[in-house]
Amino acid sequence: MQDKGDVWVFIQHRGNDIMEASLEVLGKARELAASLGVSVAGVLMGGAVEPLAEKVIRYGADRVYGMSSPLLEPYTTSTFSKALCSLIRAKKPDIVLLAATPQGRDLAPRVASSLRVGLTADCTDLQIGTYSEPGTRKKHTDILLQIRPAWGGNIIATIVNPETRPQMATIREGIMKLPQPMDSARGESIPVSPDVSPADILTTIREQLFTEKTVDLKGAHIIVSGGAGMGSRENFSLVWQLAHVLGGEVGATRAAVDAGFIDHDHQVGQTGTTVRPKLYIACGISGAVQHLTGMEEAGKIVAINNDQEAPIFGIAHYGIVGDVRDVIPGLIRIYKTLSH
Amino acid sequence: MGYSTVVLIKQVPDTTAVTAKAMKADGTLNRSALPAVFNPEDLNALEMALEIKERYGGDVCALTMGPPAAAEILRDALFRGVDRAVLLTDRCFAAADTLATSFVLSRAIAKIGAFDIIMCGRQAIDGNTAQVGPQVAEKLGINQITYVEELNRLTDGEIVVLREIENGKELAASPLPVLLTVINTANTPRPPSVKRIMKYKNARAACELEQGTNVDRIKEKGLLIEQWDADMLGVDSRQCGLNGSPTRVKKITRVVLTGKEFKKVEPTDAGLQTLLEELIQDYTFD
Repeated sequence: MQDKGDVWVFIQHRGNDIMEASLEVLGKARELAASLGVSVAGVLMGGAVEPLAEKVIRYGADRVYGMSSPLLEPYTTSTFSKALCSLIRAKKPDIVLLAATPQGRDLAPRVASSLRVGLTADCTDLQIGTYSEPGTRKKHTDILLQIRPAWGGNIIATIVNPETRPQMATIREGIMKLPQPMDSARGESIPVSPDVSPADILTTIREQLFTEKTVDLKGAHIIVSGGAGMGSRENFSLVWQLAHVLGGEVGATRAAVDAGFIDHDHQVGQTGTTVRPKLYIACGISGAVQHLTGMEEAGKIVAINNDQEAPIFGIAHYGIVGDVRDVIPGLIRIYKTLSH
Repeated sequence: MGYSTVVLIKQVPDTTAVTAKAMKADGTLNRSALPAVFNPEDLNALEMALEIKERYGGDVCALTMGPPAAAEILRDALFRGVDRAVLLTDRCFAAADTLATSFVLSRAIAKIGAFDIIMCGRQAIDGNTAQVGPQVAEKLGINQITYVEELNRLTDGEIVVLREIENGKELAASPLPVLLTVINTANTPRPPSVKRIMKYKNARAACELEQGTNVDRIKEKGLLIEQWDADMLGVDSRQCGLNGSPTRVKKITRVVLTGKEFKKVEPTDAGLQTLLEELIQDYTFD
């Protein structure tokens, strides 16, 4: 029997730090590799990536392939895809995972197309399992089950790549738990000379502008969120007031963002942030599945809506059928008296 | 002067229209209750393509792969301003994953001929994969710039765009030809023009015509939407549709919105006070 290939994680970084999304993927890769009896390798690419290798090992990699070159700084699609494809062809991993960040979603499809292998986008879970072909009943064991929502989150599909290797997937940010770093972890850092030349650079980055997110939805314990049912930007201030009183962050649905009540950084759901706070208060949110998939893991869900048929009540722990313009000020007033 | 642009568009079920009405009694989605629409970000791509044509001259071709009904969005594209519309339809194209889709699209683009810019939405709202754009670019052997928000500058042989990246934006320059994927904050797509609706309302693809219709007459009037199948593209059906797709769907589970332990709270002071007391008691606010 042929040796089984490893589980690889493309490690994204900026400045001197590794993106949290890549560490989340490393945690999942560790589980998959344990179940397959293989190793986890991290792939680091950039101007000078050696200093980052140690952290990748602490977060679960048995080995780190480090490709350093001035041609790999900053990231461009053509340089990274060429160098990564060459390394994959040489080392033949069984599974290659990337975080579904803008960079991961730019790079992964290009690599999969070049290698002519299957790729599943934005997975929310990965498992090892079996797949039997419906016609031939040919059985594939120890295969990667790539689980993701589709149809705007209304169905959950399990996708497999029966024949092509590596099996590739991108993983949604904020879904996998961040692994605990192991200070005692030992691993091997392997420098690799990247297969890239100046002629491979097609995109020139003229300027980069970073705006640090002021909203920390992922880390928030309490989120007060508003939907289209808030009615106006003015009414939406009630959501801000309640969040302020409770010491929480402000979230929103896509409908509220599209209506201009609040900006996109606050969006919770499939095209926004996935959250799992202790308390989620949904104000004037009807409960489109795209939104629900981003917050249903909250510890306690309180829903306020004037339509008692609204789907949000289907996943809420506490439901208040009423007008947000009356209920929110009531909550603020009563909370203030109770907490004093 | 002028640039030739091909815009890749897709007809999708309107997954944003999922309301209580589109849900069945068992909590699953009633698929037929969802209307088929022009993928929203493809409209942003089309708008950017039309703006390039207006500013610099050139032409815009809309291209879609889908069932015969997908001709509807090609008519819509004609109403909004494209010069040419091409439908790729063939039974063997069905059930394609992104790799098989990008293969057929890239062959069609090669058949269209010389181009400067390929554009499409970042992702389609049915699958949200964002994979077809980059994969078409790879198949064509051209550069890609994804998550484009704004066209900054376009000169002979070079395009400069503002694109979204993690926690920020960057100004990226690329030689032509290039494939761009466009995000929804890029622009507000223009509505169909009344004049063009009058002109193109009877535009049809061959698959939409009743038997015995005089196709040549429709073509003479400039109302024939071009329709290509696998033979016309010269593609091997083993590389198309399900046969050409390395991925397989093992299982589909419908999402059921299951009720948790649910308490109804009256919207009165007494009701709200009971709720808040419960949350305080089980340390939810701590």
